[in-house]
Amino acid sequence: MAIHCSRTCLQYLIHLAHDNVDFRLPEIMALLSLRGKQFDPGENFEEKSPFWRLNGLSEEDVKSIMARTVCAKSAFELWGHGRTHSELRTSLLKYPTENMSPFLQKDSTYKINVYTFNKTLEFEDRIKKIDELEYLPFKGRVNLKNPKHTFSLLEDYGMDPNNIPETPLYIYFGRWISDGQRELIRSHSVKNRHFIGNTSMDAGLSFIMANHARVKAHDLVYDPFVGTGSLLVACSHFGAYVCGMDIDYNTIHGMGKASRKNQKWRGPDENIRANLRQYGSEKLYVDVLVSDASKAVWRDGVLFDAIVTDPPYGIRESTRRTGSQKDSVNSVKPFEDYVGDSHVPVSMAYHLSDIFTDLLNFSAHHLVIGGRLVYWLPIYRPEYCEEMVPLHPCLRLVSNCEQTLSSHTSRRLITMEKIKEPEETDALAHLSDPHFSVYQGHNAFREKYFSGISKRMLTGKEETNKIANGGE
Amino acid sequence: MCICILYLNVLSRISGSQATEVKVSEVEFNPNFVSRMIPKLEWSALVQAADGLGHLQDLPTELIADYEANEDFLRKVHRVLLEVEVLEGCLQCPESGREFPITRGVPNMLLNEEEA
Repeated sequence: MAIHCSRTCLQYLIHLAHDNVDFRLPEIMALLSLRGKQFDPGENFEEKSPFWRLNGLSEEDVKSIMARTVCAKSAFELWGHGRTHSELRTSLLKYPTENMSPFLQKDSTYKINVYTFNKTLEFEDRIKKIDELEYLPFKGRVNLKNPKHTFSLLEDYGMDPNNIPETPLYIYFGRWISDGQRELIRSHSVKNRHFIGNTSMDAGLSFIMANHARVKAHDLVYDPFVGTGSLLVACSHFGAYVCGMDIDYNTIHGMGKASRKNQKWRGPDENIRANLRQYGSEKLYVDVLVSDASKAVWRDGVLFDAIVTDPPYGIRESTRRTGSQKDSVNSVKPFEDYVGDSHVPVSMAYHLSDIFTDLLNFSAHHLVIGGRLVYWLPIYRPEYCEEMVPLHPCLRLVSNCEQTLSSHTSRRLITMEKIKEPEETDALAHLSDPHFSVYQGHNAFREKYFSGISKRMLTGKEETNKIANGGE
Repeated sequence: MCICILYLNVLSRISGSQATEVKVSEVEFNPNFVSRMIPKLEWSALVQAADGLGHLQDLPTELIADYEANEDFLRKVHRVLLEVEVLEGCLQCPESGREFPITRGVPNMLLNEEEA
């Protein structure tokens, strides 16, 4: 190990929140790529751990990532680490003093926090651990309220809440750089949003989606199933201009029945634009249209920097497309009540696999090269296999993260990146693609979703009958 | 089925008689966004639409070279792209002549059954 370490040899410690675990790595990687940096973890990297050590970054890189991430809680300049306090001490004493001294000056103030993952520590024990660090050359004064520099001792007691060890499995010490944006989960909560619908995306996941999509300031982002605009709220928060489309006239115009418990009808200020206004992003509102995402309304050519969307699964919102009476054998009537003229002509069931084929094809044609498509794919877990994820020759699959919804259903956040412009031959490529037929089976997603529920209900009824008849 | 052409917030084939309510508001100018939008637009359609709404002002009929550095020009484009809005009116498909209504600033592109 070199005695003099340049700033780029530094390791940074990212402390991540322990939820949406599968979504964290793609988020951090996407944010790193916005800085032109690779994800380069330290040895013994464990994705599920809340502590990640990263190499090859500058402090500016780390601050930029923390300015966007909702998965990471905080970031630290790592000064030392080890499996025991003795190892930590050795590691800290090896850390170049010239890297430490700017932050330990006599005339500055500091504070040391102790954080324990998977264990609660009494106040006295925390103080003891801080005292054990007296070998560090702190020259300044302690200021608990407003210190110039904050340091953290972080202890990892493992991932099993039922088996918490006496001593930590791993310990880190570092200088605090900045916190992540988890506060956005609270400040942008759907609970306090002016305009919501039954399937408005929760704030945390919408920001994760915007990050997976590498949305940046001055981008143009589009949501073809915009609903109440939750995804546009998140994307505009990061400075992108936003537009969307939905087949549901009432939702786009902010009319009809309210989704809130104590409210019957929507108020006058309930629409997508009002949501952006609530968070100060109204200037980034481009347009929304009432239209059918299965029909072509956009001009040929590259239009969008990112497409971020949550297509309907046919469970809480119906999947619909326009079509003529002769086309639809089983035309599906939409669930929702309509205020006045529904403005939607005959609705057909929009088969799930068609939604995704159309979405991928649309993205291949209308995204910039390097632009991303991020969308949710509903899955019936007992039958899921990786081959079901739709592919397209112009799009590279970047990530596939599962969020479990129930014992037999989940949804997967799929991220794809456009790598080339479509050619004539690509249009029909998907028909010979094995993935095409595999997902077709998922058209029955609705039936499978409801069959699981009715099977359980049936079992319940049978049980009740048995008991009523005095048992078998 | 004919494919109708839409130019984001700037509408094709909008004539003065078709736009019954137009609103101009002030929106923060962002030269970077405007620069990046220009290659995505069909310039002649933009000019035609702006003219139809009576908001052409001094927007050039031909796209100028080196527009990225020309703040004056970018501001003119910004005005037409983001500040001029049709609240009530309609969009017309240049191929079929079919009209799509615009209500409260939102175009309705849904086709009726016979046309699908």
